[in-house]
Formats: sequence, C-alpha cells, structure tokens
Amino acid sequence: MVVKLLLEINDLAVEVSGRQVLEHIDLYIDQGETHVLLGPNGSGKSTLFMAILGFPKYKVTNGEIIFKGEDITDLTTTERVRKGIGVSFQNPPSVRGVKLMDLLKVESGQDPKDEKLSPQIKELANKLKFDQRFLDRDVNLGFSGGEVKRSEILQLLAQKPDFIMFDEPDSGVDIENVELLADQINVLLDKEKKLGMRKKSGLIITHLGYILNFVNADTANVLLDGRIACSGNPAEIMEDIREEGFKGCVECCKVN
Amino acid sequence: MLQSQLEKAKKAKEKKALYGEDIDLEEFIKEEAGEHETLTEGSEIPKKVQESLLKVGVDPEEKERAGTFIQMDQSGIYSTSMDESVEIMGMNVALDKYKWLKDYMWKAVPVDADKYTAQTALRESEIGESSGYFIRSLPGSKEVFPLQACMFIGDEKIMQTAHNIIIAEENSELHIITGCATGEDVSSALHVGVSEFYLKKGAKITFTMVHNWAEQVDVRPRTGIMVGDNATFMNNYILTSPVKSIQSYPTAYCTGKNSRIGFQSILGGQKESILDIGGRVLLEGEGSSAEIISRAVSKDQSQLYARGHLAGRTQNVKGHLECHGLVLSDDSMIYAVPELEGSATELEMSHEAAVGKISEEEVLYLTSRGLTEDEAASMIVKGFLSMDIKGLPPELAKETKKMLDMSLEGI
Repeated sequence: MVVKLLLEINDLAVEVSGRQVLEHIDLYIDQGETHVLLGPNGSGKSTLFMAILGFPKYKVTNGEIIFKGEDITDLTTTERVRKGIGVSFQNPPSVRGVKLMDLLKVESGQDPKDEKLSPQIKELANKLKFDQRFLDRDVNLGFSGGEVKRSEILQLLAQKPDFIMFDEPDSGVDIENVELLADQINVLLDKEKKLGMRKKSGLIITHLGYILNFVNADTANVLLDGRIACSGNPAEIMEDIREEGFKGCVECCKVN
Repeated sequence: MLQSQLEKAKKAKEKKALYGEDIDLEEFIKEEAGEHETLTEGSEIPKKVQESLLKVGVDPEEKERAGTFIQMDQSGIYSTSMDESVEIMGMNVALDKYKWLKDYMWKAVPVDADKYTAQTALRESEIGESSGYFIRSLPGSKEVFPLQACMFIGDEKIMQTAHNIIIAEENSELHIITGCATGEDVSSALHVGVSEFYLKKGAKITFTMVHNWAEQVDVRPRTGIMVGDNATFMNNYILTSPVKSIQSYPTAYCTGKNSRIGFQSILGGQKESILDIGGRVLLEGEGSSAEIISRAVSKDQSQLYARGHLAGRTQNVKGHLECHGLVLSDDSMIYAVPELEGSATELEMSHEAAVGKISEEEVLYLTSRGLTEDEAASMIVKGFLSMDIKGLPPELAKETKKMLDMSLEGI
C-alpha cells in the first residue's frame, strides 16, 4: 500500500502584526495519521494552527502549505475548508442570533430552509448529549467550557473533513466528558479502522497531553520558540517532557 | 365627528409632525372611497395583489385566520369574519352598526397631533365616510387564530388614509396580523394610518405588522394604545424592504394597574430609506411595565432612527429599553435615542443601546466552517434581526417566524 502525503508544510515562516512568530517550519502528515503538537504557552502552536487554516491576520512570509498535492498557501479560509480542512477551536466566539442547529445544517450540506435537522445529525447530537433545546441555542452563547468543545466536535462530525486540527480539545472539559469527546475524536480520525484503512488525518494541539490517554497519536512534534525543535514517538516525548520539561526534551532530541 | 374635533383638525391642518421629514400633502391624489369594487370572496382579489399580500403575511385563502379586512387605496374592498367571538369590518359599516363607536374616535390619538391626523379627520368629514377597519373581541373570548388586515395601495400618487379602531373587551384575547403593501405599478404614494387601541380589564392583544412598500412611498402611521388593568399589548413591527420614509411613534398609556406593554421592531434599512421608528410608553398605572426592543441594520445610504421613551409616573413600575444596531455601510447611519424619565420613587427603569459593526471574529469563525465571508455576514445579520417574537400562541409564533424569515430573505 502506498502511503499518501496529505499535508505538507515546507520552510514556513509566519508573521502576526509585523512580528515573526514561526520560522523554518517543516511538517509532513500522511493520510490516516494523527500528529500531536506540543509546546509551552507562547511557543507558536496556535499561530501554526491559524496559518494552516488561513486566517488573514497570520501572514505567510516564506514557504508553502501543500494540501492533497495542491498549494493552498494563497487560498482563503473558506476555500481551504471546502477542500477538506476542519478545525475545533479552543475558545470560539459566540454568534448571537445564529442557532447551532442552523449552522449544523449548513455544515452538513442540508437545505437551511428545512424545518428539522436531518436524523443523522440529530443522532450525532444525541451521542454528544445535546438535545433539541440545546440545538436551538445561539452558537456558543452561554455555553459551558465542555459544551463549547462538544459543539465543536459535533460540527466537525457534520462537516466530515479529511484533515482536522484540534486546539486544546480537552481544556475546560470535566473528566467524565473527556472520554465522551475522545470517543468522537477517534471516530473523526478513523481510529476504529485498521491502520492501513484510515483515511482521515489530524493534528492535535495540547500542552498537557491529557487527551493522548484516550486518542492515539502517531507522531509528536515539539514547538519551541517558533520552530519545530523535536519530533518522534508521542509516548517517549511526553515522558521526556514530564521528566525534563520542554527544554530538556529538546536537548534529548539533539542527543538522539 | 364632533364639531369640536373638526375645529381642532382644521387648526392642525398645517401642523408639522415632531419627527420625520415634512410631507407636502398637496402632491398626492385624494381618491374617494368606493372607487374599487367590493368583493365577496378572497379568491376574487386580483392575482398580483394576492402575491403582494402573501409577502406581508396576509393570506388571501384565509387559512387559519379568524377574519380578514382589506382596504385598497381608500376603499374597503373585502371583509369576512369566521368566528362569532371577534368582529372585523370596515369603519363605515361599524359606525352604522354601533352608535357608541364614535366615542372611541380620537381618544387614543389626538386629532390635532399633526397634519396627518388632521388630514385623516378632515377627509372623514368631507367624504362623510370613514376608511380603515374596526376590530373587536367580545368579552371573555379567546381566539387563537389571528385576524388579518391589509392596507394596499394600488394607484400611483395616492394619499391613503385609514382610521382603525381596535377594541379588546374584558378578559378577551386577540391576535392581529397586518400587512401593508403597494401594487407593482406604484412607485410613489403616501400612507397615513391612524390606529386607536383600547384594551379593557384583563385583555390581551398581539399586533404584528409587516410593511413592504414601494421605494418612493412615504408612510406616517399614528398609533395610540389605552391599556386597562391587567391588560397586555404586544406590538411587533417588521420592515426590511426599501421605502422612501417611514415615521412612526406609537404611544401607549398604561393607566391600568399591572398593565403591560411590549414593543419590538425589526428594521432593515436599504437603499435611500429613512426609517424613524420609535415608541413611547407612559407608565401611569401601579405595577405597570414596558419593554421596548429594536434591532436595526443599515445598508446602502439608509438612515435609521430608533427612538424610545419610557416615562415612569407612579411607584412600582418597571421599564426596559433596548436598541441594538449594526451599521453595514459607510454611507448609512443609525441613530439610537433611548430616553428614560422617572417621576416617582420606587421605580425601575433601564436602557441598553449599542451601535456597531459585524464582529470580524464571528465572520472568521463561520468561514472556518466553509461559509464565504458574504454568507457568514448575511447569516450573522439575519441572526441579529431574527429575534424571538414574544407573546404569540405557538401556531402564530410559527407563522410569524415564517413571515420574518421571508422579510429577511431580501436583506
């Protein structure tokens, strides 16, 4: 079986409001593979996330982003998403007046004029413990931390992207709900399928790594001072970080 | 009409309105009542007119309606009532039927408020016949289906006046949908609608109005509402299509104990529209309360004024005013004027006004779900305007939501 490269980032440099945040970033994610992006606060994890997503504030000053063999560096966010990129935000804004149900219709390609949500999406909502009353609420308005995360995952389930980035998917979620979330993240990333059969890829940003107890990642990358300082086996890298901290872990990488 | 009222009207013939651009009434044609034939079946309404009616929530097939009244230019052309507990008919018919009705005229709206009320009164006396509708719910009745009334302008340059009286007798509940529209060939006209509401003890009225005028039409509704003990009046106003100018400032007199008022306006300004929409509530009854809420969006070169005035004049009254606006073009304007007046102790009044732009963060969030920036902006604007309309029974709430969605299509 030939493994296909899904996302390819070459020598990427990103600037935010005139300040260089990322430099010389190389990242290669195969189809069916899940990567994790580790790093201390302020190391540039969220900037990389936003740059891949193509938010206008994040200016690519060098390098390229290739998705499904196509250079998407100059595409808008909308165009990237329509090619199969999906995201779960850490702190999404609330959108007053826009009901979660109506957004789900758009995301799943249902006619927005339909009175009811399609049974498939309704079932997914139930799995994430959302009832109709919740679906009638304005997106993220007054949601608890856990509800925000579940709503993000539900929207991704409706969207069915090929490559998904999760920004701190477990932050603010209580322990019993982390497993519930992780189950659905595993569904999104084809984890229940055999290794060679997986089509979906992911990039999980986490700085504590708690979610990795429930979602298996294939490769971990450590971002430090705007560069990917180290890549390797997630379990080993997590172990090093726990023992030596991020700096120590990077030293380890150099030795190896 | 009483001689004294007529005298007052004559004196106020040239009196400019407090708000809104002054209109030269001489520019418009005064067509007589009876120019258009009376119809006996809703199906006789010309097809094109039917289409316009549907757009403002008036169903010519009268499905789930308790009754209908349609005025074309100056003539009442159609009225039916499906239910014995509510009456709906032309004012001319009603004045013949009920001798006492004249006692209700010009009590909630002063005849000499301005040149528009004066003109309406003078035409009533000149023609000797009143236009507009009369609606009344009998004591204790609760009709869940709404009555529908429509003011339609079919001819160019017409000045349409209407004088409506709506009475909800004790402990009755009444729901009214009114739509106003113009024919396809009409570009310019003037509509003056005087509406006087009387809510007796324990009565409830919901009044939902959708306007869809042509681009060169001036509109000057004049509305007064008398609210008795434990009575509730909910007013919902929706306008999202281009118009030349609308100036409306209904005044509610909450003289009854525990009387309640809700004014909600959904305003979408397009092209060169000038919308001056307000509301005033005088809280004079012990325990009375009011809420005035508006959502305004300005596009193109439109100018929107969202006014509100709450006056607490006795103890234990409550009022809240809320105007939120989104300015979508640099050539447009939103002017929010929330006014609070307290002249007694132990009252609670507040307001909240915000005018701004669409949040960029929200737009980006939606683009990350695959919407284009335009689609995202439009979804946010529609969401902003589609506030829940309160006080309606479930069937009507659903219907109203549909009307609102239809109005928001054009935004």
